[in-house]
Amino acid sequence: MAATGSILAIDDLTVGLPTGADRANAVDKVSLSVAPGEIVCVVGESGSGKSVTAQAVMGLLPRELPVKSGSILLEDENVLAAGSTRLRDLRGTRMAMIFQEPMTALNPVMTVGDQIGEVLEIHTGLAAAERRLRVLDIMRAVRLPEPERLIDSYPHQLSGGQRQRIMIAAALVLDPALLIADEPTTALDVTTQAEILKLVRELQQRRGTGVLFITHDFGVVAEIAHRVVVMQNGRVVEIGSREEILRRPRVDYTRLLIAAVPSLKPPMRTPKTGSVALSTHALSKTYGSLGLLRRGRVVAAARSVDIAVRKGETVGIVGESGSGKSTVARCVARLIAPSAGEIRIDGTDVARLPERRLRPHRRHVQIVFQDPYRSLNPRRTVGASIIEGPINFGLPRPQAIDRARRLMTLVGLAQDALDRYPHQFSGGQRQRIAIARALAMEPKVLIADEAVSALDVSVQAQVLRLLDDIRRRFELALLFITHDLRVAAQICDRIAVMQQGVIVEQGVAAEVFARPQHPYTRALFEAAPGKDIDFGAAAGTAFNNVNAPSHATTGINS
Amino acid sequence: MSIEALPAELAREPHRGRSWRLAARNPSVVIGALIIFVLAMLGALAPVLDTLPPSEINPVFRNKKPGTERSLRLSDGTESKYVHRFGTDSLGRDVYSRVLYGARVSLIIGITVAIISIAVGLLIGLIAGYVRWLDGSIMRVMDGLMAIPAILLAMGVVSLSRAGLIAVVIAIVIPEVPRVVRLVRSIVLSIREEPYVEAAITVGTPTPLLLVRHVLPNTLAPLIVQGTFICASAILVEAILSFLGVGIPPETPTWGNIMAEGRSLFRIYPHNIFYPGLCLALAVLAINMLGDGLRDTLDPRFAKRV
Repeated sequence: MAATGSILAIDDLTVGLPTGADRANAVDKVSLSVAPGEIVCVVGESGSGKSVTAQAVMGLLPRELPVKSGSILLEDENVLAAGSTRLRDLRGTRMAMIFQEPMTALNPVMTVGDQIGEVLEIHTGLAAAERRLRVLDIMRAVRLPEPERLIDSYPHQLSGGQRQRIMIAAALVLDPALLIADEPTTALDVTTQAEILKLVRELQQRRGTGVLFITHDFGVVAEIAHRVVVMQNGRVVEIGSREEILRRPRVDYTRLLIAAVPSLKPPMRTPKTGSVALSTHALSKTYGSLGLLRRGRVVAAARSVDIAVRKGETVGIVGESGSGKSTVARCVARLIAPSAGEIRIDGTDVARLPERRLRPHRRHVQIVFQDPYRSLNPRRTVGASIIEGPINFGLPRPQAIDRARRLMTLVGLAQDALDRYPHQFSGGQRQRIAIARALAMEPKVLIADEAVSALDVSVQAQVLRLLDDIRRRFELALLFITHDLRVAAQICDRIAVMQQGVIVEQGVAAEVFARPQHPYTRALFEAAPGKDIDFGAAAGTAFNNVNAPSHATTGINS
Repeated sequence: MSIEALPAELAREPHRGRSWRLAARNPSVVIGALIIFVLAMLGALAPVLDTLPPSEINPVFRNKKPGTERSLRLSDGTESKYVHRFGTDSLGRDVYSRVLYGARVSLIIGITVAIISIAVGLLIGLIAGYVRWLDGSIMRVMDGLMAIPAILLAMGVVSLSRAGLIAVVIAIVIPEVPRVVRLVRSIVLSIREEPYVEAAITVGTPTPLLLVRHVLPNTLAPLIVQGTFICASAILVEAILSFLGVGIPPETPTWGNIMAEGRSLFRIYPHNIFYPGLCLALAVLAINMLGDGLRDTLDPRFAKRV
């Protein structure tokens, strides 16, 4: 397997899991190699063992995950046999790693220049002045603006993209042969992600670095990979070139994963003509007020937002972090009080109602949150969480339980799920439970606030189908908040693009995607990874087959 | 977004009851609980553990060393030997009996103070953490309370009323409450941001029910831990108050006032201070061990390291 001249050759690697885990090995007989100047993407869903593989190469495995067999050759040196001193020498000089979260990977009390310089200090005998020059050089190489000023900044003074550039600079300053990138763009906005991907590709070409790129996002794969390794449950299921994997996948699992990636081309949808269930007029939310001691800084999280959602219609709000899309959602759900404007639910303005008079209206608007691990109270059974709302509104307990049972069937879970606790379910199942809890209130408006963003792509497709299904069945007005253009393209009738608290463009999804008017919208679409490969359409109609029952299993359990 | 979910998932939500089983295996929890149990039993069973009435004065047998024997006339007229195991004090009272009876007051005060200050602090803390517009004023009052030295406040309260168990308890509770309030408030502030609490708001759960159902359970483990520390400190403060002569009056023996009695003759008869002091130290040590052990196993902020 290990081609001669490859920088990294992993052969038959098996890493164990602690007893009591759901399978015997975290990584099972994995073989792969990275050639000089090659970017190899390891792609897989959560729990596929892709990160463990990367950690094994760096010698960063926790004690509970022992290497059972196999070899990892870094430039023909077996790192599994290397002692801790030798490993420390190798890290930074021959191999380097960048992580997902650029804020936590940087030390907040050291200047970024010192953190890059630290690598040089440990591995070279350079004097302080020389180190500073090298640091400035590499900062220029990663295209940081004004390196002379930034070198003495602290991490919190930099944007997320700049921090990730610092991480890359620190990783590459000693010109390692191998760069391991573990989901380096997952926490970044799509436009920033595009820049970082471009940078990685560019630097890697110029320096001939081999890159092992861990990701869950096929868009990123399409953007950056030379070769692709698909992993599932700790095993490699398919290895091939970018073209082979993305256009002609041979293995069912790969096909399934690619089919589950939503297409960027919105399908034709008939315009909805129902009555307007939710509308906002000049909705604004400002944070911060005039303080007594200092002139308060006022931040407008949302300014003059006008949105209307008809019965049975899905309206998406798309934007990057900080665009104010979640603020709008939280205002509509009245989790926060808007500063100005109207929120009309079936004609009634609820924007200014005090809590007591608001309560009767609460049932009409329900929300599904992003994080399935935190949106259910871990101490209460699923059943207790679902019947809480109906009982608040006076439904007798037996009827509430009966409704919960029927909802379990509707969202594709067994009825005995009601007696279990949230930790016994996977992320996708919890999201189904959260949807059932919302539906138990028989709402008119359902808000999905990044409701599928934390889910694996195959699970994501199933939950999206469920949302679309209940939207049709109950004539729900669905307000869909997302940062993911692909998801928005597939589920939304109309979309609104937000930037810095303002809706810059709004219209029928198919038209906005085909002919974006506003420069920001164009920039956003331009940055979407993997545009040139039309996933959903090429690989079949996994998502658009709306007639399929929502709980039909597609081979992977959510 | 797709974090390797497997290990994180296991770590995030320990099985229900798992942390309690862990606690029962923790050595400092077991040893601490055992010592407290023994001390409580000694106090509760004091009358049948070969003691004399703790306030019985005997001018003949003053300041006797531990192990002194005397003959005792029983109610039926017969005589028997009695050994003053811990000696006698300057009024001829048996120190062994007084120390055993003294355990009652110390433990009762420790536990009552812990329960009352947690109950009061929990209520105020929930309100301060959830009702935003009350938060500022409540916390400033709490800050003010914390600025008064606890002993001084307790002395003031006791001297304003008749010295007795209730006055002492109130005097110790007041300075403890602000600590509990701060703890509860900080937990409420973080829990109220949890999506499941927001979900409960959107399904129209009334605020008091919301607090009791979704917020309160998260405060229990840290509060149990805090309770043990309050208990230990209350026992100490009570001993200090009694030692200073402003606590429980000397007819009722407490470890503090036994030591106070022995203070003047400490150089000649150290046993008067040694035995109650030993019990006091043992009790506080045991409760603190229990608290530390519980914190390591129950409090999620510390449990992760175990």
